[in-house]
Amino acid sequence: MTERTSLESLIGPQESGQLFAALQRGATRRDILGLLTAGGMQAALAGGIATLAGTAHAQTPRKGGRITVATNASGVNDTLDPAKQSNQTDYCRGFMFYNGLTVLDGSLTPQPQLAEEFTTQDAKTWVFKLRKGVTFHDGKPLTPADVVFSIMRHKDAATASRAKVLADQIESVTASGPNEVTFRLTSPNADLPVILGTYHFHIVKAGTTDFNAGVGTGPYKLKEFKPGVHSIAVRNENYWKPGRPYLDEIELVGITDESARVNALLAGQLDLIQAVSPRSVERVTAGGKCAVYETKSVSYTDLIMRRDSGPGNNPDFVLAMKHLFNREQLLKSIQLGRGVVANDQPIAPGNRFYFKGLPQRPYDPEKAKWHLQKANLGSTAIPVVASPAATNSVEMALVMQYAAKQIGLNLDVKRMPADGYWSTHWMKHPVGFGNVNARPSADLALTLFFKSDAPWNEAAWKNEKFDQLLVAARGEVDQAKRARMYADMQVLVHDEGGIGIPMFVSSLDGHNSRLKGLSSIPIGGMMGSSFAEHVWLDAA
Amino acid sequence: MNGLLFRLLAQRIGLACLSLLAVSVLVFAVTGVLPGDAAQEQLGQEATPESLAALRAQMGLDVPAPQRYLHWLGGLLHGDLGTSSTTQLPVAGLIASRLPNSLLLAAVTALFSVPIALTLGISAAVWRGSWFDRGASTVAVAVVSVPEFLVATLAVLVFAVQLGWLPALSYVSSVDSLGQLLRAFAMPVLTLSCVIVAQMMRMTRAAVIDQLEAPYIEMVRLKGASPLRTVLAHALPNAVGPIANAVALSLSYLLGGVIIVETIFNYPGIAKLMVDGVTQRDIPLVQACAMLFCAGYLALVTTADLCGIVANPRLRHR
Repeated sequence: MTERTSLESLIGPQESGQLFAALQRGATRRDILGLLTAGGMQAALAGGIATLAGTAHAQTPRKGGRITVATNASGVNDTLDPAKQSNQTDYCRGFMFYNGLTVLDGSLTPQPQLAEEFTTQDAKTWVFKLRKGVTFHDGKPLTPADVVFSIMRHKDAATASRAKVLADQIESVTASGPNEVTFRLTSPNADLPVILGTYHFHIVKAGTTDFNAGVGTGPYKLKEFKPGVHSIAVRNENYWKPGRPYLDEIELVGITDESARVNALLAGQLDLIQAVSPRSVERVTAGGKCAVYETKSVSYTDLIMRRDSGPGNNPDFVLAMKHLFNREQLLKSIQLGRGVVANDQPIAPGNRFYFKGLPQRPYDPEKAKWHLQKANLGSTAIPVVASPAATNSVEMALVMQYAAKQIGLNLDVKRMPADGYWSTHWMKHPVGFGNVNARPSADLALTLFFKSDAPWNEAAWKNEKFDQLLVAARGEVDQAKRARMYADMQVLVHDEGGIGIPMFVSSLDGHNSRLKGLSSIPIGGMMGSSFAEHVWLDAA
Repeated sequence: MNGLLFRLLAQRIGLACLSLLAVSVLVFAVTGVLPGDAAQEQLGQEATPESLAALRAQMGLDVPAPQRYLHWLGGLLHGDLGTSSTTQLPVAGLIASRLPNSLLLAAVTALFSVPIALTLGISAAVWRGSWFDRGASTVAVAVVSVPEFLVATLAVLVFAVQLGWLPALSYVSSVDSLGQLLRAFAMPVLTLSCVIVAQMMRMTRAAVIDQLEAPYIEMVRLKGASPLRTVLAHALPNAVGPIANAVALSLSYLLGGVIIVETIFNYPGIAKLMVDGVTQRDIPLVQACAMLFCAGYLALVTTADLCGIVANPRLRHR
């Protein structure tokens, strides 16, 4: 918007407003020049201003238009029930039809959404003031009862919510006023507003049992929904955010085949596609009609060395393996540089609690060899389980196998099919691979995968000091103290944890160059799935 | 003749029921052996023992497998295909939303490929040994040897991405006119035709040649019939049996075997529905699709046999 500001300083807000109105009606550069010189302006100055106005206009959201979007997964299990949504296809639809109490911005800080403000004294009792005048798509106004229903249903085992583990820390949600709800937690959590900004906690109408109508308070209304085929969303004219959304209609389809998505984008049938392979980037951008948007650090693939069984019992084996990652090479050869090098701990650079002071672990075969000799494991081959289900893990395993051979370690790479990998192989072998998507807060990333008693404590790593720090940091309201605690935890995981994280990978979205307004919300591609209310389509 | 047909039909229907029963047991057993169940697939990484148990109870997976099978079979006898365990929607509804698409694609493909294949096959048989025969046969073998995903991808690259003549994806929902239908279907039909035309053509050629070399054709020639009449009125009726069988085999492939084409062109057909069912471990859905494909196959083969009998004077008058 800087062009718009400088334009206003040059010719004043009134004139610049008129210019924009003219551009919106479809005025050309020649028309603008005419407008300005008619007012007695010198041609050279007028030319400069016309250019400025054009650039500024290009960044001004334009209303109208229809886009077709393709995500990378779709099946009969597609659902509009926030509690059951399981992939980006579902999450994108969630953000079209529903709102949360809060919403996460580019730095993953929670901002008010359906809640106008939220306050707490002790991080244990939270008061959320609801926005007034918000209505559901069917005209019913939003009430505290809807919020209570939407949150409490996750705690009921019969809902089979994917967010049950998160919801269990919420003791109760009560309506404490005509436009107010109060959350009571089992233990303090300063990140509650972050959790409530994620897709599973979208607000639905109280008493809803059939979610196929997609009735929420979101920017789009549901026109058609066929699981496994497509959905059509049309603009919600009564949306509570003035001027939003910009598009008239969004069709969302799921196309599993990457080359089919890329081809359809290039052929002009799609306007936005998810998960472009780094190898396709050149093809997508070659014609100049399409571009690629990169969201950094949306997931990591990690080598899991179970600390409770097998070679991972021995801390020296774990350290040897961590020194065997040639991180720069992996990033360059597998991801073509689309990512950032990681340091065997799950907090990505850019996160507000990322600890910069932690020295990067280098690729050091000599040190790995020294640790390996200390571990004294003998010469038997060590099986390493990899699968296409854990993105890039097969390639990583093969590169590691080669590096290990150089120091006399024999890794036996076992390739498993993607189908059924999570239920039958993940965390069930002494050495194997996992894949973890970015979580909205440092607390979640650490609690879900590293706490001693966490169901997905991938490496079965148990550390009392870590657990205490984790709970203490969660309840800490002082940001500086909190950051120090998260730094200590990152050091602990880096030094002693049973997982190796070589890199954080980026998500690449391909889009028609006319599609504007994309920015980065680093919990996933397509603005953390919430692109729908932010993007607009420029005139051809 | 009617007696023969009736007996054959009754026999076939009886056998078909038995085959369907066997297939249903087999499919049920095999999906049971697959790693994980519908509840685990749905919860994925987020599965905890508690939520798994709750979801299993909701899906009816806490009942022992044989009991579940009998319950499903009982429902089938009443014409109830059951409820999909992942979506909790009736399986019949899911299939009804996809089957017409698959049938439409199969019908359009058949409409183009069958006449082409038969014409080419018969012509090649009549002018066997000529440059036309050799050329057509070589092309047919070449085309059938290229995997269909390659044909489809190349077609998309050329006609959609480079030339921009045809859409890269084929939605049926956006089709309003015949012209749009042809444009949307051009590439899927082209790809599928490449696979099935060659097979049908080779079978037709072989069957017709077989007849043309029989002694009675010499008799026909001696009585002075024109070459066209010799082939169409005398040789062809005797060759209809094997030809109809080849056509039936190719068409049954169009019903359930077109997963690659459905994936590449994002065409919402029934093959993709079944693959979804398998990845989600949605047993009722997989069962229903398997039954449907099996029944379709049996119906086509039976029709082919009937065609062979009706067309063949010798069998007809027995």
